[in-house]
Amino acid sequence: MRLNDEEAAMLAGEAGTVARTVIEHQIKVGDFFGAQDFVPVSQAHIMADTESLGQAGVMWLERLADAGDGRVRIPTITDPRGTDFEKASLLGQAEWMLELERRAIDAFTRLGVSMTDTCINYQTVLAATRGEHVAFGDTGVVIYSNSVSGARSNFEGGPSALAAGLTGRTPRYGFHLDAQRRATLRLRVDWTPRSLNDWGALGGVIGRLAGNYWQVPVIEGLEAAPTSDQLKHFGAAMASFGSVALFHLVGITPEAVRLSDVGGDALPVAHRIGQAEVRGLQQSYAVEKEIDVVVFSAPQLSLFELRQLAGLCEGRQFKRPLLAITSPQVKPDCDRFGYTAAIERAGGTVMSGMCFYQSYAREIREAKGWTRLATNSAKMVNILGGYGYVPMLASMEQCVDAAETGELA
Amino acid sequence: MSDTIFTARHAMGRPVAGQALVAADGFSARYDLDRLQGVFSRPGHKLAGQSYLDRILILDTAKGGVATAWMLHEMQSRHMAPLAIVLNSVNTILAQGAALGDVTLLAGFDVDITAQIAHGAWVDIDPATRTLRVVQPPASSTLSTLSSSSTSPLLPVHGGGEGGVSKVHGPASRARR
Repeated sequence: MRLNDEEAAMLAGEAGTVARTVIEHQIKVGDFFGAQDFVPVSQAHIMADTESLGQAGVMWLERLADAGDGRVRIPTITDPRGTDFEKASLLGQAEWMLELERRAIDAFTRLGVSMTDTCINYQTVLAATRGEHVAFGDTGVVIYSNSVSGARSNFEGGPSALAAGLTGRTPRYGFHLDAQRRATLRLRVDWTPRSLNDWGALGGVIGRLAGNYWQVPVIEGLEAAPTSDQLKHFGAAMASFGSVALFHLVGITPEAVRLSDVGGDALPVAHRIGQAEVRGLQQSYAVEKEIDVVVFSAPQLSLFELRQLAGLCEGRQFKRPLLAITSPQVKPDCDRFGYTAAIERAGGTVMSGMCFYQSYAREIREAKGWTRLATNSAKMVNILGGYGYVPMLASMEQCVDAAETGELA
Repeated sequence: MSDTIFTARHAMGRPVAGQALVAADGFSARYDLDRLQGVFSRPGHKLAGQSYLDRILILDTAKGGVATAWMLHEMQSRHMAPLAIVLNSVNTILAQGAALGDVTLLAGFDVDITAQIAHGAWVDIDPATRTLRVVQPPASSTLSTLSSSSTSPLLPVHGGGEGGVSKVHGPASRARR
């Protein structure tokens, strides 16, 4: 990689040991992908739950913080943590998990990172804008920012996103380049979903068809512009099922006003997707009637999702635990508008600053005996099988009914 | 005896040699693995139930989220990481995780690498030349027979440490780019 004077000084250690450590990591990754140089970035977002970091990752963070000669140069924020400290006992989480979280938070704070603990920063903190180069972690954040906002980011894992925050730049490869943002897979949708779980399932179908990170689906045929929450579930599932980081919706997302804007007119329609394909994905997870727990998470809920959920909870008494997980930015309004009270009167719990699958999900299952899990998140059903759950995908209404009756209709 | 050589477009890490776990399936440390037990745990994964410890994973593509970027480092710290990962298609997360975790990574071939390497074959990898070579098993080893339904730990293999490249018998007969 070509380095400018500032980058060469960092590599030489003239900007401190922290900058040298992380720019070495960035160059290793940049060289792997053939990056020619660095591109300045304006924001970084770090995925860093301690189930992923483990002791080794937390110690790596602490070594950087202990060096004392490096702090982030750009606004740098965090993805959900591995717990809601106030509700940890309800999840059956052990003290060692909380202690690891505290150590990670302390190290991040000493490095100048803002602990926003959210995977919906594009709804709650500061959305990136078209053409803005950023270094975002959390696949749902990246795919939304690239596709809906027109920003430019690769999937930046925690170490690389932190490195970008500390150096103010990232290797210029992948979705920072114009050529990588052209469509590679043309799809036609014959049915427009309405519910969030249907949007998520459609994203899952497209993710499976795309199949890898470098595919860029361009999608025609949607009858109306989706809402931010619908696109949130759509993108998060597509990224989860297919590792996809960018999609275009013709006439909706900013880089594809016309099909030809992203080169889609030169591609044949590779697949037509209808309601049957979406239902097929949902049915593949409908394996049990009885459920142990209902979880709304992944991504964290917006204020409007919580409003809808609160309305559905009115007048109910739940037989099964129902968890609704949101960001620390949304939770105060959820409390203020009475949504938290409505959900918790029915027996549910509103949590913030965490995400269910990032919070020691295997240990929660073992501690609480929760195996059969109902959710409206297509992303979450794709993840939790590996943690030993039997996840089932249903609408928000069906999930609330299941919390009340103990069964999915 | 000659060996078969495949050349990748992307490579990083140390030279390693060992026995391959091969499947036309994806890889995500969070989605697919029980990292405490060292086995593939996602039902439906073609390697479900199999141990990946000290094995060279040869799979189709990187899947899922960003957690693998931390998890490879964490797995390596407990000596519970695969010996190397070989993919038809890599994503940024696998590369970032391999860089932090010091896991050998090879990706991007002109052929479907999962269709070229037999499950259980012995391979060695040289990141400096971006090559993967199918080799004869070391004479001193007891070759394990891998089964897609096996849940038993696999036999240990050579490689992964300092100078862990196995001896290769005969010249390379075929190079692919």
